[in-house]
Amino acid sequence: MTEIVQSLPLLSAIAFLPAVVAVFLIGLKFVMRGEDGAALEKNAKGVALFATLATFALSVLLIAGFDASNPGFQFVEEIEWFSAFGMGYRMGVDGISILFILLTTFLMPICILASWRIEKRVVDYMIAFLILETMMIGVFCALDLILFYIFFEGGLIPMFLIIGVWGGANRVYAAFKFFLYTLLGSVLMLVAMIAMFLQAGSTDVTVLMETAFARDVQLWMWLAFFASFAVKMPMWPVHTWLPDAHVEAPTAGSVILAGVLLKLGGYGFLRFSIPMFPEATAYFTPLVFTLSVIAIVYTSLVAFRQTDIKKLIAYSSVAHMGFVTMGMFAMTTIGVQGSIFQMLSHGIISGALFLCVGVIYDRMHTREIAFYGGLVHRMPVYAAVFALFALANVGLPGTSGFVGEIMTMIGTFQVSTLAAGGAAIGVILSAVYMLTVYRNVVFGEMTNPKLEAITDMSRREWLIFTPLIIGTLVLGFFSTLITDVTAASVDQLISNYQAALAAAQP
Amino acid sequence: MTYNILTSDLALLAPELILAVGAMVLLMVGVFFKDEEKAAKLVGPLGVLLLVAGLLAAAYLVPQGRATAFGGAFVFDPLALFSKIAIFASAAFALVLAIPYLKAEKLAKFEYAVLIVLSTVGMGMMVSANDLISMYMGVELQSLALYVLAAFNRDSLRASEAGLKYFVLGALSSGMLLYGASLVYGFTGSTGFTEIAAASQEPSVGLIFGLVFVICGLAFKISAAPFHMWTPDVYEGAPTPVTAFFATAPKMAAIVLLARILYEPFGAAVDQWIQVIAIIAVLSMAVGAFGALTQQNIKRLMAYSSIGNMGYALVAVAAASETGMWALLAFFVLYMISVIGAFAIILAMRTAEGMVEQVEDLAGLAQSRPGLAWAMTGVMFSIGGLPFMVGFFGKLFVFYAALQAGLLWLVIIAAIMSVVAAAYYLRVVKVIWFNEPTVKFVSPSFSTGTIANVAGLATVVLVPVAAVIFVWARSSATGLL
Repeated sequence: MTEIVQSLPLLSAIAFLPAVVAVFLIGLKFVMRGEDGAALEKNAKGVALFATLATFALSVLLIAGFDASNPGFQFVEEIEWFSAFGMGYRMGVDGISILFILLTTFLMPICILASWRIEKRVVDYMIAFLILETMMIGVFCALDLILFYIFFEGGLIPMFLIIGVWGGANRVYAAFKFFLYTLLGSVLMLVAMIAMFLQAGSTDVTVLMETAFARDVQLWMWLAFFASFAVKMPMWPVHTWLPDAHVEAPTAGSVILAGVLLKLGGYGFLRFSIPMFPEATAYFTPLVFTLSVIAIVYTSLVAFRQTDIKKLIAYSSVAHMGFVTMGMFAMTTIGVQGSIFQMLSHGIISGALFLCVGVIYDRMHTREIAFYGGLVHRMPVYAAVFALFALANVGLPGTSGFVGEIMTMIGTFQVSTLAAGGAAIGVILSAVYMLTVYRNVVFGEMTNPKLEAITDMSRREWLIFTPLIIGTLVLGFFSTLITDVTAASVDQLISNYQAALAAAQP
Repeated sequence: MTYNILTSDLALLAPELILAVGAMVLLMVGVFFKDEEKAAKLVGPLGVLLLVAGLLAAAYLVPQGRATAFGGAFVFDPLALFSKIAIFASAAFALVLAIPYLKAEKLAKFEYAVLIVLSTVGMGMMVSANDLISMYMGVELQSLALYVLAAFNRDSLRASEAGLKYFVLGALSSGMLLYGASLVYGFTGSTGFTEIAAASQEPSVGLIFGLVFVICGLAFKISAAPFHMWTPDVYEGAPTPVTAFFATAPKMAAIVLLARILYEPFGAAVDQWIQVIAIIAVLSMAVGAFGALTQQNIKRLMAYSSIGNMGYALVAVAAASETGMWALLAFFVLYMISVIGAFAIILAMRTAEGMVEQVEDLAGLAQSRPGLAWAMTGVMFSIGGLPFMVGFFGKLFVFYAALQAGLLWLVIIAAIMSVVAAAYYLRVVKVIWFNEPTVKFVSPSFSTGTIANVAGLATVVLVPVAAVIFVWARSSATGLL
């Protein structure tokens, strides 16, 4: 069974299925006008939902055929593409990337469902989301430097449109800031990529992993990659695009932004910066620790002062990404495992939190914390769901949030007590802001008369939250589900890293 | 014997001969009609056919490989072949775009096609020039036809101003070119590129002076900063299909000529000219990126975009290597495909009252004309060199060539400038997608709409196969330098 699955071009199928459906929708848009066009608007959601579910099904097949004991790349595909110049269309997954693909395909149907009540230019909306999905999956599959860059940057265009067309009041500013900020970081990475290309004569990731770059070259290249991934992550102090983008994006856009796009940076560190520039990684680890701890503490404090719920969750995301970078650069098995776990868990939890905001935003069209209060009297079920995810965000044992935080902290503690200690403060602070906002929104007396008629969650909303609730709890109790898949690849990453460092020190 | 030499020489010149003789025939055909519109209706398509014939002649009639004619004044090599095919094809597309426009604007005169063909002959001479005199002949033939084209709408004040401005500044640049050429001749004793190459092994100060003047003269033609001042005004004032033509074929001819002069006769003086080219490149990228940010008129915006992209082309020239040459060729071909698409869309910006050309007029195009909106989005991102569009590969290999040559600083500046430039391409996309429709466009003509959509589609569809262009460009650049 495994061999049959492994021989299929499954990765390309997963990556390009959404794009193919998007092209199909674009085509239909030209054929169907007038009354037909209205029918198309109605059915576009169903088509998109079906496409994303099919993609998810394919990715389940992918993980079924995945051999977790093999640390190398699997499902490798290679097609001639600019081969005369040393490039190629190369796809493949290992234990590090495969779960991100699953996360992406898992969140996409939820996003489509969450957008069910969008009425403005539905077809374009679905096309943008489907193209975005292709780009995101492509990033995690690409085993070629340039191919990776294309997917990495290509995702900016649909996201730019999602924020700009279906976003809030200040959406144009947010869309431009998002695009230009991330592009500026990325072009520097592109320059470093070309430099690597020239030195190695190939853009094959597996070849580049074996290429030893000189130490001073590594330092510059590491910084160039860092410019891109730190912005994407986002790390303090280059995180300022995120709150704007999150606040203005439609709910589903925020979910994808927090759930998947923020993971591209972390994935990039694991795939490129650490294995390809080990000496530079060791050199810059204190810098990353410092920035991570500042991010955790500072953005937690900032989050506490927010009046907009979405902004608060956005800042909380920056803080949680601080755990990821800290655990990753500790370069201990548990630290790296924890950072991957934390990314996946945060993808589910922050997505769910944005959806929680979406539920009340859809009803009241405001995200001001002060507007709400006493929702528990009208929306008991919602209050329970929100409570679960708020606590998961805080890191309550039994939820996936706990596992990620504790693993990254244990992993870091072995390397830097100071950094782990600083991060621990962040755990407390996250409880402070999360519980405060929860109390202000859900508990207390219902003083705002406009809230009187608010209704509890609908069946569609139940459908959206159920998989997320299950995901959070299952990962909270059975964390080995993830660590078993990632273990072999992470062990190899760390042993290669240590071997490279040992070789560098005479 | 003499007869044999003549035929073998003329064979190399076949494309230009076909075009030149064809242009004369078209002139005769045109004057036989009493009705100007009827004449234009016939001569326009004939001009397109002529350009296609020239293209085919270059590809199949001329013996392949490198050969020179007329005592070394004219060279036909793979570089010339590549450039000619690209130039003739883009000229043909520009002419196809012009025909419906001229008819609608009541400008239909058969001389238009003749002028396009004549300037294309000049461009063919430029990319094949192997002597200062044949170079100047090519440049002048091209330029004179372009001056007339710029002022083709002679009743329009703006077009006349554009034509005059272009003529005066163009004449100035031709003067500089001639002055430089005479200095080069004076210090080397020859006008042939081969002889100059031999003499410039140890370049004297006078020769460098001449070279700098030649560079300045040609920088005018490619509208590189700081010689770009005419570009926005001429682009805005000239009739739109003329602008579409300006932005493509003549630029390619001039940059290939510049690259050939720098690489072949002055290849030994690379240390002297590389700084000049690098600085012009940086200035062009900066002027293009920052200048376009505040433009309201889409044609002016395209003018600044063209200045900026010439900066990128010059980055490839500054690499001073074979890689630089093929990166330049492939970059330019991909750029021209997108630019032709962009101008097709600009030509489709016609309301019931007439043409509109403000960026804001594109508002809500995604809702009113989704086909044009997708196409414009594609070509804008492609011209900006952003992935997932094919234009990205052009920039990628330009950067690659420059990094290979060790010009890290130049590449970093170019990369940062591409972010600044992305801001105005994004602005166009923003207007198309974010804003609500304000004006309603009438349906574009079949040819314009098709070219717009095909070019838009090409920006994505070419991605898997663009390597072909690069491989071809690489084989065309081999042996140079």
